[in-house]
Amino acid sequence: MPLFDKKDKSRYATFTRRSVGMGGGMAAVFAVLAGRLYQLQIRDGDQYLEDAEANRVSQRLLAPPRGRIVDRFGVELANNRRNYRVLLVSEQASEGAEHALEQIGKVIHLTDQQKKKVLRDIAANKKFVPVPVAENLTWEDFSRINLHLPYLPGVQPDVGESRDYPFGKEAVHILGYVASVSPKEKAAESDALFSLPGYHTGKRGIEKEFDKPVRGRAGTSRVEVNAYGRIIRELGKDAGEPGDDVYLTIDRQVQQMVASKLGEESAACVVMDVHNGDVIALASTPGFDPNWFNNGLSGAQWRELTTNDHKPLLNKVVGGTYPPGSTFKIALALAAVEAGIATTDYHVTCSGVYNFGGHAFHCWQRKGHGTMDLQQAIQHSCDVFFYETSRRLGIDRIEAAARKLGLGAPTGIELPGERGGLIPSREWKQKTYKWAWQQGDTLSVGIGQGYVTVTPLQLVQMTARVASGKAVSPRIVHSVGGRLMPREAPAKLDFGDEALATVREGLRKVTNEPGGTGFPWRITEPGFEMAGKTGTAQVRVFTREERARGLTKNENLEWKMRDHALFVGYAPVINPRYAIVNIIEHGAIGHPHVVMARDILHFCQQRDPARMPNAYPVTSAAADAPPKKQSQAVPVPPSKAGG
Amino acid sequence: MAPRPYAAAKRTLSFADKLFEVNWGLVLLIALIGMAGIAMLYSVAGGQFQPWALRQLGHFTLGLIVLLMAAMIDIRVWMSLAYPAYGVALLLLVAVETIGHIGMGAQRWISVGPMELQPSELMKIALVLALARFLHGKSMEDVSKPLPLAIGLAMIGIPAIFVFLQPNLGTTLIIIMDGCALLFLAGLSWWWIGPTLGAIAASIPLAWQFVLHDYQKARVETFLNPAADALGKGWNITQAKIAIGSGGVAGKGFLEGTQSRLNFLPEKQTDFIWTSFCEEFGFVGALALLILFAVVIFYGVQTAMSARSQFSRLVAMGVVLNFFFYIMINGMMVMGMIPVVGIPMPLLSYGGSAMLTVMLGFGILMSVHIHRQVEIPRHSGGII
Repeated sequence: MPLFDKKDKSRYATFTRRSVGMGGGMAAVFAVLAGRLYQLQIRDGDQYLEDAEANRVSQRLLAPPRGRIVDRFGVELANNRRNYRVLLVSEQASEGAEHALEQIGKVIHLTDQQKKKVLRDIAANKKFVPVPVAENLTWEDFSRINLHLPYLPGVQPDVGESRDYPFGKEAVHILGYVASVSPKEKAAESDALFSLPGYHTGKRGIEKEFDKPVRGRAGTSRVEVNAYGRIIRELGKDAGEPGDDVYLTIDRQVQQMVASKLGEESAACVVMDVHNGDVIALASTPGFDPNWFNNGLSGAQWRELTTNDHKPLLNKVVGGTYPPGSTFKIALALAAVEAGIATTDYHVTCSGVYNFGGHAFHCWQRKGHGTMDLQQAIQHSCDVFFYETSRRLGIDRIEAAARKLGLGAPTGIELPGERGGLIPSREWKQKTYKWAWQQGDTLSVGIGQGYVTVTPLQLVQMTARVASGKAVSPRIVHSVGGRLMPREAPAKLDFGDEALATVREGLRKVTNEPGGTGFPWRITEPGFEMAGKTGTAQVRVFTREERARGLTKNENLEWKMRDHALFVGYAPVINPRYAIVNIIEHGAIGHPHVVMARDILHFCQQRDPARMPNAYPVTSAAADAPPKKQSQAVPVPPSKAGG
Repeated sequence: MAPRPYAAAKRTLSFADKLFEVNWGLVLLIALIGMAGIAMLYSVAGGQFQPWALRQLGHFTLGLIVLLMAAMIDIRVWMSLAYPAYGVALLLLVAVETIGHIGMGAQRWISVGPMELQPSELMKIALVLALARFLHGKSMEDVSKPLPLAIGLAMIGIPAIFVFLQPNLGTTLIIIMDGCALLFLAGLSWWWIGPTLGAIAASIPLAWQFVLHDYQKARVETFLNPAADALGKGWNITQAKIAIGSGGVAGKGFLEGTQSRLNFLPEKQTDFIWTSFCEEFGFVGALALLILFAVVIFYGVQTAMSARSQFSRLVAMGVVLNFFFYIMINGMMVMGMIPVVGIPMPLLSYGGSAMLTVMLGFGILMSVHIHRQVEIPRHSGGII
């Protein structure tokens, strides 16, 4: 058999032919590969380079520190502290967010509620957005997370800043609180900061009113990141701007005193400088600790806040409206002197009841006060005197006087949620009830009942105006970020000096002359005496039958039905400086509100924050300088009025 | 025709002769590509010899030794080893089904001492050898007869099924393509080839339905529409294309490839190493590397055609085609032209098993080159 034959030859030829063909095919494939390279690298190269840059470079937002809120002496009422927290990027959690949470839960304590919230947040955000899992961790917990990090994909430890209110609920209704950005806020404006994980915005009080300047401007950091979002290095940085500090007119020492005095009563109290309107203290109780909202409010806490009948979420100072009761007699008295009705000869005899138009209008003093002049009527808070006086004045003049004192309209204080209250007028009644004003309506208004409602802040404003003779309005913010709040020097109050002097003397008698409704709770220390006016606002009108059965005592009523107890006052009597309002809702048993007001005014005068060197970064000569000399509002010397 | 015995066919080459006959140019070319791969592994590790570059250097050195040793072995010895090698490779393949451990979601390795052995890689070489030997004894008419054809197809099909079951779609494809190419080169009649191609085209929908694994289907779906899931399954292709494209004409420079350094590229040290190369060296560098590959292949085809025995020719072409299919599938895969199938780039990608088989292949190719004058009769078993 031959070694090679024809068959071999033919298959060699075929092999060679087919190999060459295959070689050609391979060359074609290489050409295709080269063509594809051309396509990707040269034709579309620029686009892919952009994509690669977009991959590599990440714009990180830098949260600016939120501006502090400080009192007039620079005491920090709201500041920031380090917040060790854990973020989760769901996209990077290789085995799903739930698994990741489980793993985190093995390292630090997580409640089921927290886990549910995180899953909700993850569902609400894009997959690459870091969502806070736990905040305000202890250093130990935070270290543990860092230690276990290699086994926790998608978990990012983070040191952020968290709002802190060192004095808890003490000034909560001034400061407000911060909490997560609401969907409504996100829809209303688009601040880059909102996209930061766990970013908080101001929800109430100063935090809300001055949220924008306090936020600051977000900085950005251009960083190179790897595919897992880990930052490799910084490429460039814009530091942004820290938020503005807010300087309040509050004196934290007085604020603390006021808050602790009010305790858990459902109450509102404001202390105000009568000359420039500086609010020294402002409290509405019960309050709540604004720090709760930082750490995430529990369901129980939220229920407590929303269902408590003492309304802890409401700032009663600006948002609560009350019948002013007898405190309204100040406005009436001023109107009466001004109108020439209450001359020195003007007397009204009180028999305990005032019959008008077939109705019996009762005085709080059932046995009657006898014959009194204006100052005595203020001192004793005689209702019959003011029924008669209001009848003579008529609603128009009463309304005008109340308006001059700033009642029935927002004061314009730098706090959200201020309400206007109501000073009724003929037009108002016609419009609202389609019924003409009746004189009986005037009589009710004359003792601060009926349609008239005011806020506690309006009452302290009224008191300050009477005490200073100036049309002052309360203010609580001195400056923001070194910029003074715009404010004009108060104009002179539009009442004659005689009217003011007469009424002031009446107010002095209330708390300094025997028989005055506030006499038992006066300030006895010479030079510190206060003037004031008590008030009781009826919540419930007694029926004739109840009166007949003598069931008018508040002690017999359930809390919600009891009268509100009011007190307005100022001190010192000579050369007044501080005005106060104190309202205890349904608190008309005993006179705790007067006692509190006395103690606060006394403390405030001893401390005298208005004359202490403040810590403001800027000063306005006009509004801030305490009047060293006697102002134009000359109080009546006690010697003359005493007799 | 009278027999024309060649002297060289009888002569036993001395070791020195063989060393002299080694195509050192090809070895240099291979070394150049290997070094490029090691440089890339150094780069994707962020400018570190650990964990890949140094070990790959070890793999490559070992591979070079394997290449030279294989080159020294007489082609007739290789011929006689063909069937035993096939048998062993098949046994190992079966073994991974039973004792192999799970790696990358597929049973592909068995441990042989300290080394991880991939029998499917060995099988590619063994199949080339065995099929070449089988076809060596068949004339063109024989090849197209049903029985020999059936045997040839069985030799391809049996290992292909086992590799497919691992599951390793990429290697299965290479084994089938390699085997079929050898049948074609051996002179298989067009009467067989035409209808078969038609039948394959018709069966693709059926394979989709019944044969492919879910993850394999996902790869195909992702390929057809990578943007649909750009952060999920489409990630690999999207990022690979960004890496290559962003290299531009001149590339970002050595060690400057952001896509790989920052881990946007998955499997950057193995299947996607070519992408990193394209990113750092641009169109110019990538084209240069493609040309190097092409030259290697050209050498291989030339070697095959210059050999004087059918076995040598088929083995040489088989090895070359194997190398080519790797490049084609990997290149097309990372450039988004075909679905991701998990095939490394030969000589570039990190991995000992693949490196050794590629170098073993080149060794046998070199043996063909050295023994190109050796003539082996059609009915010879190849033993000296």
